[in-house]
Amino acid sequence: MTESTNNAPERKGVPMWAQVIIWVFLAGLLVIVAMGLNRAQQGTIQPGQEVDDFALPLFSGYEYEGKSEVHLEDFRGKVVVINFWASWCKPCEQEAADLQRAWEEYGPTGEVIFLGVDYVDTEPEARVYLKKFGITFPNGPDLATRISQYFRIKGVPETYFIDREGVLHYVQVGPFTSLQQIKNIIDPMLAE
Amino acid sequence: MSKKKLRIIGYAILLLLVTISLITPAFAQGEEPTDDEVNKIAKQLYCPVCESTPLDVCPTEACRQWRELIRTQLAEGKSEDEIKQYFVTQYGARVLDEPPNRWASYLVPVVAFLLGAFMLFRGFRMWLKPAGARPAEIKNDAKPVPQDDYIQKMEEELKRRK
Repeated sequence: MTESTNNAPERKGVPMWAQVIIWVFLAGLLVIVAMGLNRAQQGTIQPGQEVDDFALPLFSGYEYEGKSEVHLEDFRGKVVVINFWASWCKPCEQEAADLQRAWEEYGPTGEVIFLGVDYVDTEPEARVYLKKFGITFPNGPDLATRISQYFRIKGVPETYFIDREGVLHYVQVGPFTSLQQIKNIIDPMLAE
Repeated sequence: MSKKKLRIIGYAILLLLVTISLITPAFAQGEEPTDDEVNKIAKQLYCPVCESTPLDVCPTEACRQWRELIRTQLAEGKSEDEIKQYFVTQYGARVLDEPPNRWASYLVPVVAFLLGAFMLFRGFRMWLKPAGARPAEIKNDAKPVPQDDYIQKMEEELKRRK
């Protein structure tokens, strides 16, 4: 009767500290996987979200007030229009002239800044494109596609309107069809 | 021949040598790279716009521009590694057909696999050999295990009272 209980061999389990480490590691792994899945399922950055600061190096000849690199934070208090484009993108050509006209209208007021972000492009072709459409607002390459990855763009053209507080107000996927369409987005933002 | 004339000839030879040394690399760089040379690098790169399509066979305008950029850089005398590095700097590491050798990207799955294997091994071992179920203990002809004096006396007392 008592034989089996008295002589049961003591089970040597994994030490407590090792178990804790294993479970913490597994939990961490699950969190990383969950975060990755969550991020993969998210679409573009949503209106109402505050946009994090980023740096945009500018093409020579397309600097802003003599600066060869600008940060989003530099424009706090202004409406910021970020246009993703590429020289190989045909739909981008549809809106290029309208964007430039909008810049010519709003730029001098000092209340709106336009930033062109050249996505996955080569500089010589980008320069030809900018010259062809007479674009003068600050423009630069999306180095290592960091900015487009942050905004999780689906393609080009895409345009993001950020309000004076740095909050995303509106996203235009695809080209604008008229200057009025651009004005209809910016004017209410300026009136706020 | 006067010293003055010799000096002028000397300067002329020096000028000629300097000019030749400057022109020679320009000739080398000016050679038009062949399509094979361009494609050798292009097939190691992927345009982020066209998913899973190597640059050498990608038909889009963006990829055509990239191939021309490779051609231009080869003509400028840049090496394969320099060109690939330029593309990584401009467009990110995802343009490479093989991701950079980051230890973390290999370490995490390996550690996770080893950990999983270890836990499975332990689980199976515990399942096959539950605690206390040693074969020697369940055999009927097993030798009685020696008891301590107190228990022996108790059992003798119980037998006497029966």
